[in-house]
Amino acid sequence: MTEILDYDDVLESFDPAIGLEVHVELSTASKMFCGCSTTFGAEPNSQTCPVCLGLPGSLPVVNAKAVESAIRIGLALNCQIAPWGRFARKNYFYPDMTKNFQTSQYDEPIAHDGWVDLEVEGEMFRIEVERAHMEEDAGKLTHVGTSGRIHGAEYSLLDYNRAGTPLIEIVTRPILGTGAKAPQVAKAYVSHLRDLMRALKVSDVRMEHGSLRCDANISLAHKGAQELGIRTETKNVNSLRSVERAITFEMRRQGALLLDGGRVKQETRHFDEATGTTRSGRSKEEAQDYRYFAEPDLVPIAPSAEWIEELRATLPEQPVARRKRLATEWDADELAMRDIVAVGAMDMIEETVAAGAPPQAARKWWVGELARRANEGGVELEELPITPRDVAEVCALVVSGELNDKLARQVFEGVLAGEGSAREVVDARGLAIVSDDGALKEAVDKAIAANPDVAARIRDGKHQAIGALIGQVMKAMRGQADAGRVRELVLEELG
Amino acid sequence: MALTADDVARLAGLARLHLTEAECAELAPELDIILSSVDQVAAVARDDIPMMTHALPLTNVMRDDVVTPSLTPEQALSGAPATEDGRFRVPQILGEDA
Repeated sequence: MTEILDYDDVLESFDPAIGLEVHVELSTASKMFCGCSTTFGAEPNSQTCPVCLGLPGSLPVVNAKAVESAIRIGLALNCQIAPWGRFARKNYFYPDMTKNFQTSQYDEPIAHDGWVDLEVEGEMFRIEVERAHMEEDAGKLTHVGTSGRIHGAEYSLLDYNRAGTPLIEIVTRPILGTGAKAPQVAKAYVSHLRDLMRALKVSDVRMEHGSLRCDANISLAHKGAQELGIRTETKNVNSLRSVERAITFEMRRQGALLLDGGRVKQETRHFDEATGTTRSGRSKEEAQDYRYFAEPDLVPIAPSAEWIEELRATLPEQPVARRKRLATEWDADELAMRDIVAVGAMDMIEETVAAGAPPQAARKWWVGELARRANEGGVELEELPITPRDVAEVCALVVSGELNDKLARQVFEGVLAGEGSAREVVDARGLAIVSDDGALKEAVDKAIAANPDVAARIRDGKHQAIGALIGQVMKAMRGQADAGRVRELVLEELG
Repeated sequence: MALTADDVARLAGLARLHLTEAECAELAPELDIILSSVDQVAAVARDDIPMMTHALPLTNVMRDDVVTPSLTPEQALSGAPATEDGRFRVPQILGEDA
């Protein structure tokens, strides 16, 4: 059992330093150095060729779109873009790459020296980005054996469909001075990157698919010490929540070790989602020697100043600025904005409002009803077969009094079932509110006659009983009535 | 500085080459000749001569992001010593504990 220290005690004695390496898989159609498709989930080894299988005599050629994405990411991170830079071979022996090297960048990354400003609980933090470089993803290993892990595996199976998919690795400088907020700052940074990649439309950044992966370096230094402590690197922390949990755990584990007079071992650790702990992985007893050298099969990338400026002009509004602007426009508080981001509804709400819907209503439907349905169906919100225009149309019908919320839900159900546009569903299902007072009065009279006790209580001034009658009327009208109007009619009769 | 047999043994280890002590001892002076030849070239190159890693002065050779046909899984696996379920099968990986 690993000893851990109370979080407060860690902070009393130590200052944490964190460093984050985030890998973003680009959503290009083809791979980094060959024309094989990058589609997720294809039949194993159906998206390979001599280049990504590393067969002798094959020659890589760089994907221009990947370079463009790399530059745009670099610019969005406030980086300098290198006017000239080469690829490098990172040599290692592991079957996830057939070539025995990964094509990456070494001392000439395409983007370097950037920064990101974050606000965490009202406090500003600047994260310095050391570099963002281009590289390729590796193949997918499946370990066959009793444990399903490398340890105890009898053999391993390889699918190279992912090998060669373009990746951008974004590396921070050590993040200092965050104190107790270290885990939240790290989480906010990864969350910011995710929003930024989405806004740039360069990656689908689905952490659960591995298209955004995070490795977290963590060390503790005794308070006031000049030098950083010995760090551990926790690999593949694959959700925002895990970033926060993994860092918190490592701080507590290292704190216990150090206070006890021990030393932190420099090593790779793995985060266990189920227990919220990290465990030792491969120890770096022998320092890795990748023998990097310039890739002779690829010529340097030298983006012209004109190209860089052209790409700079395509940068979207920064997520933080956009979020602030929308919060104001929608009159939404921080908590509401968090919900919106959590369900991925920002774009949809913005488009729905642009199509004429009141912000309040657009927010309510996307974050409530529609997010629930997406969740039930196991799909992303934007994958639902309903457009912001449809939602705006429903909102307009509610505003005009033709629909109430209950009927609106049925309209959504119809649209999602493919019955046509909102208007078409309203007409086909006959969902409009009955505004004919005659029919309503008749239903009200019936409800009163059927519930003499309730009616008597309302006559005695016990207005809270009115709900029961409204419910009966709404039921009789199959929900197609304006509850407010029903209330008025009941009170006219009994008030 | 002369290359030693230990240097060769270390490089061989990194490159996964199985060399005997005798082979390391024999290769060290041979590799040393190659390295000293490179040193001679390096001595001529002054600071104003940029380092060269390609014979041709080309930059930005790129292709459009267009998908081209891949091999079939059968073709991809045709040279593999062992396969299973449409995948390459490799022996137990290293002796590492992970």
